[in-house]
This record gives sequence, C-alpha cells and structure tokens, in this order.
Amino acid sequence: MGIKTLVSSRRSVKDCPGTNSQDAGKADACAGCPNQQVCASGAAAAPDPDLAVVRERLASVKNKVLVLSGKGGVGKSTVSAMLGRALALDDSKEVGILDIDICGPSQPRVLGAAEEKVHSSGAGWSPVYVSDNLAVMSIGFLLNSADDAVIWRGPKKNGMIKQFLRDVDWGALDYLVVDTPPGTSDEHLSIVQYLSAAPPVAAVVVTTPQEVALLDVRKEITFCRKVNIPIIGLVENMTTFVCPKCKTKTAIFPATTGGGPQLAEDTGVPLLGQLPLDPRVAQACDEGTNILTQEPDAAVTQAYKDIANKIKEYCEAQSQEAT
Amino acid sequence: MGTPEPVLAGVGNTILVLSGKGGVGKSTAAVQLAATLRAKGHRVGVLDVDLCGPSIPRMLGVEGRDVLTTPEGKWVPVSVDEEERLKVLSVAFFLDSKNDAVIWRGPKKNAMIKQLLTSVVWNVDYLIIDTPPGTSDEHISVMENIRQAPVLGAVLVTTPQMVAVDDVTRELTFCRRTGISILGIIENMSGFVCPTCSECSNILASGGGEQLAEKAKVTFLGRIPIDPTLSRCTEEGLNYIDKFANSPICQIYHSIITKLTRQTDEEMEVEK
Repeated sequence: MGIKTLVSSRRSVKDCPGTNSQDAGKADACAGCPNQQVCASGAAAAPDPDLAVVRERLASVKNKVLVLSGKGGVGKSTVSAMLGRALALDDSKEVGILDIDICGPSQPRVLGAAEEKVHSSGAGWSPVYVSDNLAVMSIGFLLNSADDAVIWRGPKKNGMIKQFLRDVDWGALDYLVVDTPPGTSDEHLSIVQYLSAAPPVAAVVVTTPQEVALLDVRKEITFCRKVNIPIIGLVENMTTFVCPKCKTKTAIFPATTGGGPQLAEDTGVPLLGQLPLDPRVAQACDEGTNILTQEPDAAVTQAYKDIANKIKEYCEAQSQEAT
Repeated sequence: MGTPEPVLAGVGNTILVLSGKGGVGKSTAAVQLAATLRAKGHRVGVLDVDLCGPSIPRMLGVEGRDVLTTPEGKWVPVSVDEEERLKVLSVAFFLDSKNDAVIWRGPKKNAMIKQLLTSVVWNVDYLIIDTPPGTSDEHISVMENIRQAPVLGAVLVTTPQMVAVDDVTRELTFCRRTGISILGIIENMSGFVCPTCSECSNILASGGGEQLAEKAKVTFLGRIPIDPTLSRCTEEGLNYIDKFANSPICQIYHSIITKLTRQTDEEMEVEK
C-alpha cells in the first residue's frame, strides 16, 4: 500500500461514495481503496434478481420493524422478543420475529425454543411457532449443537439473510420484528436492501443511557438516514436499577451526556420509552419464559406494552396515509 | 513487488480480548487490562479493531486527537499519558464527527484491519487488541494476519447470563478452530451491591462464566462486579486503575494480569 493510501486514510473512511453510488470506484476518495476496481466495474451495483422473489414473499407481511442499535448488549434481542410478545398479546394479530444475528443468535433461547428445529416443505421453510400467533426464524435453529460457531465473512452472511427472506413461509403477518446484530455492516446493509424492495419498513433504535453506547447509536441513526429507513423512535433500556430490598434507585449506566432523552432531542427522533433494569428480565430471557404474562404488574411489563402500543399506532397511521 | 509488511512490528506480546456477545464489557476490560499492565511498569498499546463501534478513545480520554504519520507513511498511535507508556489506535480517530458512521461491508473492513495491523509504529511490551462482538470478518482477518506475530492468546469476556454464555461458547469454538490459545474467561457485571443496603443483586443472572470455564476446561480468570464508578470512569475517560488503586476491582485486574503475564515473565527469566 502506498503512502497516498495512508495519508488519505481520513478521507477515504469518511468520503466513500458508497458502493451503489454513480461515483462508486470513480471518486477521488476511491484511490487506493482495495475495492476500487470492483466498484468501478459496476459489479457492486448490479440489480439482484432475488429482490423480486423477496418482494413477493413479504407481500403478505403488513409491517416490518427493524430493531437496531449499533451498540452491542443494549438489549436488542430482549426488546425484539418482548415487542414480539407484546404485539402477540392481541390474538387477532399474527407476529413474526426474524433473527438475523448470524454469529450470535439469541432468539431461540430468549423465546424458549432452543431445542426446536426448522422444517421445510414445498411452500418453503416453516418458522418455529412459540405460541399460536408468534413465529420465529433464526440461524440458531439450523445449528447442530450449542458449540457450533458460524465463522462466516460478509458475503456468506448476506446469502443466509437473503435465504431467510426468500424461503421462510411466514404466511400473512401483521408485524415482522427483525432482530439485528450490533454494528453498521453487511447484515444491516443487506436487510435494508432486501426489505426496501418490500415496504413498509421502519426502525426502532435501542440504546442504554451511557455515552459509550450513545456513541454507537448516533452512528446507527446516521445509517438509517443514509439508507432512507424511517425511525419510529428510540428506546432507552437499563435506565435505572431499583434494589428489590430497599428500593434505592441506582443509575448503573450513568447518563453522563443526557442519555436516550438527550439523544432523541438532538437527533429529532421520538423517545418511545425508558425501560428499567429488572433482574427478572434477564432471568426470563435465560429461561425462555414470558415476563409480560408472568409479571403483569412489573414496571418493565407496562413499559414494554406502552412501547408496543406506540409502534402499533405508528404502523396504523402509516397504512392510513398509504390508502 | 515489495516484501510483505511486517505484522505487529514493535510489539513484544499480544493479547486479544474477544467475546462473541456484545455489551459484556470487552472494551472496558481491554482498557483495564492495559491500564493495569502500565501500572506494573510495562509499555502498553491498545488496538481497537471495532470499526463500527470504536469505543476505546473515549474510554481513554483521548477522543478527537489526531493520528500522525511518519515519513515512511506509518501511523503513530495516540499517547494517553505523557510518558508514552499507554498508546491507542482506533478508526474513531479518522472520523470527523461523532455522527460519522463506518458503513462498510466485509472486504473494506478487512483492508482497514490489515492496515491497522501492519502500518503502525508501536514500541510497546504488550498490545491489547479489542474486538467487536461476533465471529466474522474482523475476527477472521485479525487471526489470518497475526499468525506469524508473538501472540499470548485470547481473553474471553462474558456476563453471567446464559444468553451471553451461548455466544461465548461459540467464540471458544472460533478460538479452537483458528488455533489461538485461550488464556481464560472473565465474568463481567457479576452482581451489583446496592450502595444503600449492601444487598447483592444478580441483575444479569449468576454463575454462567465460571460454569463455562469449567465445562470448556479453560482458566477462570475472575469475576468482576458491576460498579457505577467504573462505568463513570470509562464514560469520562479517567484511569480507574490509577484513581481507585485500592478498590476490589483493581485488585482483581492485578491478579488477572499476574496470571496472564506469569508465563512471559518466566520465559524472560529463562532468557536472562
């Protein structure tokens, strides 16, 4: 690599025109980038024939909700599962959860379906039903043992995500909640690329209060804006811990720069809710049980239901606007 | 056609901090391990290969600093202290604003990681490499590139609950498949002691890390409780190991470093 690459490293990181842009491979910032030839040849921007198949498959899914963060460990999988469960409390609704965290799939455990396997038929792959109206798909169901690691580079992960979208037979769904891994990379670009072929899709962004989390979540919000995914709102998780013995409230992850509320204000994203740190949530996730029905009076249960209601209202408003 | 760039030039020994699971405290642990090595008199570097979520500069209080290049075009890591015994390199330094996102697919990430591993002037005794969660491009690229360099091995960080242990189990498989030594497991966020009544709550369950270490037959390095003071230090870029040298957590990190470096110290004695 020449000196030109190193000196211009600040520019190439920030000024990449994007692999799908007209300037891909041709902009100044492309000089020295190892992808320059691929982008300039146009191969990176060629249309994908599977997009039409995905669009058809997802035509019967009324609303797609992407749960994103940027930061790991803020509770994306927990929030995805709880939102799925909360939306499914209305048994007139059909809900699906798609887990596209290929390296760290948590949904099978969190939803109490760790031992289940996926079956395939002429109509495609059947998702696993955790209740009459709540179905889930995850690579976790395709692994032979708990020790199996999915050590895949980006292109193979993209292929799996496309397969999930193309081949899973969800049937008619009112909501498809998509749990994502942390970051702003292959999985995120791919899911947005495929779901944009089958609107409507919108995002819920999850954070915890501390600046170290907000640093990553700001980038995720930038990502959503760059790829034109509307953001329903921001959820702040693990806001405070209430001691079960003496009820003292402690901010374990201190909001040194204003936490979720400040970020919501700074970015113009609605704050959907703030979830307390309740040890029973971690326990329920480990055991695969439904805290919403087991602890109906818990503050966190009500908070999840409120957030789910706001998402329902958003989806209903969007569909009314469309008609 | 030139000779290939040397990997991790100027580094005595390297320790990777891995997890599989996000948010367990890899970056926090990487920073505390580095700060403890420095407190023990070593020169330490921290390499942040989390390209999408680079946290290390903030945690070390050097956000916004510029990375200089040598006349040969190599990057000079940012020094955290005046004596230049704690240095860091992260993609965060190459972004103009906090809102800027690195939205790259695998091949571009791989190219950046190779540069971070081959084009830096370190001059340190130990390098701690902080990784993003998962077992994907960044991890495969790091492993492929560091094969010829002196690497002590990997420290795996988990939290006690099964959802984390599941992912860390997969990371152990990754280590075994790629041939990296597993130095041990740290169980982080292991219990919270209420500051008012001293009741210990296992907010994120308990015991998972130790059980995993036993099952996988790897060293259990230590259990680190939740401490809002430590969270605050990482938030504000303050050196917890120096400021709170007598705290229980600091003692735990000292004992972890002793376990990790015992082998290197013995080898250095033999060489003398």
